[in-house]
Amino acid sequence: MAKYLLLKHYRGAPAAVNDVPMDRWTPEEITAHVQYMQDFAARLESTGEFVDSQALSPEGTFVRYDGEGRPPVTDGPFAETKDLIAGWMVIDVESYERALELAAELSAAPGAGGKPIHEWLEVRPFLYAPPTITE
Amino acid sequence: MDESLLRTLTPTVISILVRRGADFAAAEDAMQDALIEAVRVWPDDPPGDPKGWLVTVAWRKFLDAARADTSRRHREVRVEAEPVPGQGEMADDSLQLYFLCAHPSLTPASAVALTLRAVGGLTTRQIAQAYLVPEATMAQRISRAKRTVSSVRFNQPGDVATVLRVLYLVFNEGHGGDVDLAAEAIRLTRQLFALTDEPEVAGLLALMLLHHARRASRTGPGGRLIPLAEQDRSRWDTRLIAEGVTILQAALARDRLGEYQAQAAIAALHADAPSTSETDWLQIVEWYDELLLLTGSPVVRLNRAVAVGEADGPQAGLAALAEVSPDLPRYAAVRAYLLERAGGLEQAAELYAEAARAATSLPERDHLTREAARVRQLLQA
Repeated sequence: MAKYLLLKHYRGAPAAVNDVPMDRWTPEEITAHVQYMQDFAARLESTGEFVDSQALSPEGTFVRYDGEGRPPVTDGPFAETKDLIAGWMVIDVESYERALELAAELSAAPGAGGKPIHEWLEVRPFLYAPPTITE
Repeated sequence: MDESLLRTLTPTVISILVRRGADFAAAEDAMQDALIEAVRVWPDDPPGDPKGWLVTVAWRKFLDAARADTSRRHREVRVEAEPVPGQGEMADDSLQLYFLCAHPSLTPASAVALTLRAVGGLTTRQIAQAYLVPEATMAQRISRAKRTVSSVRFNQPGDVATVLRVLYLVFNEGHGGDVDLAAEAIRLTRQLFALTDEPEVAGLLALMLLHHARRASRTGPGGRLIPLAEQDRSRWDTRLIAEGVTILQAALARDRLGEYQAQAAIAALHADAPSTSETDWLQIVEWYDELLLLTGSPVVRLNRAVAVGEADGPQAGLAALAEVSPDLPRYAAVRAYLLERAGGLEQAAELYAEAARAATSLPERDHLTREAARVRQLLQA
């Protein structure tokens, strides 16, 4: 098994095919979308492939150390930041192909007009601890 | 096996161990070990006297641990020096445990965890699941908390207000796992209610019961939020409402008003109404005024603006909202709600979308996005 991060972006991914902001959908379309996401996670739990899923607030701040005894320096949020993570799902699957397959399913979640969003999701493999047997 | 009985006995048994000379941290560990053994042994071999069984086993666990400990001799001296408890002291002892677990030197998160373990009798794993952190993290949080209060004298008088804040947090911020934290908070507040004579304890218990009564109607399929106005009131638990109202009335009659009684009074007025339009909003505004005097809280001011909007119309609500800082969470949502009622649909839709972006939970975000979508539909129609 291998773990993959499926990343959803507020900004930074190529535009989706069905690219309409959520507050311009109908209330029923929003409900259908939320239901699809919940069903998807529940199904992955039942197949033993689900690890974690989290959503993030769009507001973020950059922070860095500014020397001994000084408060941290903060900057942002930057309206022009080109990449903005909306949330993620971590899956534990047999193969890379399976990870792609599941990401594509997630991307097919219904949006405006009840049609699939075709949203671009980013698939990133986790790095692992080194194996015991290496030769 | 009755697991809730086990849990109810937790503070009593810890108190007995402390009376016998165990320090709080060791007594608490010994009780956890005894609980685990009870869960293993009781189903096949239930004891005739559960409390006696737990005291015996926990005391043995404590002695085993003390013997294994390098400071053993030090402890044994103290065990001998400690007076034997009288029966009458038991209720006070349980109360002391509440005070200790909510001690002001603890952070709120630590006080919550320690209270759930030492007073509530939950295992570290259950608490970790409820707050969505790894078990090792929760174990560390609890042992640090125990270290923090290790120098606090067990019989020091405490402030019941700190205990109430902790119980309020447990009720209000429970998440996942197999433990119903809201029900657990009610159980612990009931116990505290039996131990004390404070109107505010009654107020908090009433507040919890009145909110718990509405629980089934508050969410729809998939955890979808259902606002008060749209809730199916026939699903409200009338037994809990009646109990909450009775407890609240007895507390209010003592004429020592506090913030929990005032909040419970507002909840009781909602519970009493057949619909939003038949709600006594004027009285609710009066209770918000009381609450504002008691707390000065900006959140109260925000909620008051909603009530004013219902009592005197949306323009009055917007005027009341003008006294509230726009930085407050949910400010945009409240303003959107009032603007929609005042006919400002365009602005309301924008604000609902803005409120959704600022939401702090997923169900809330979905709800506000749906509200934005609903108002946009009205605009197009």
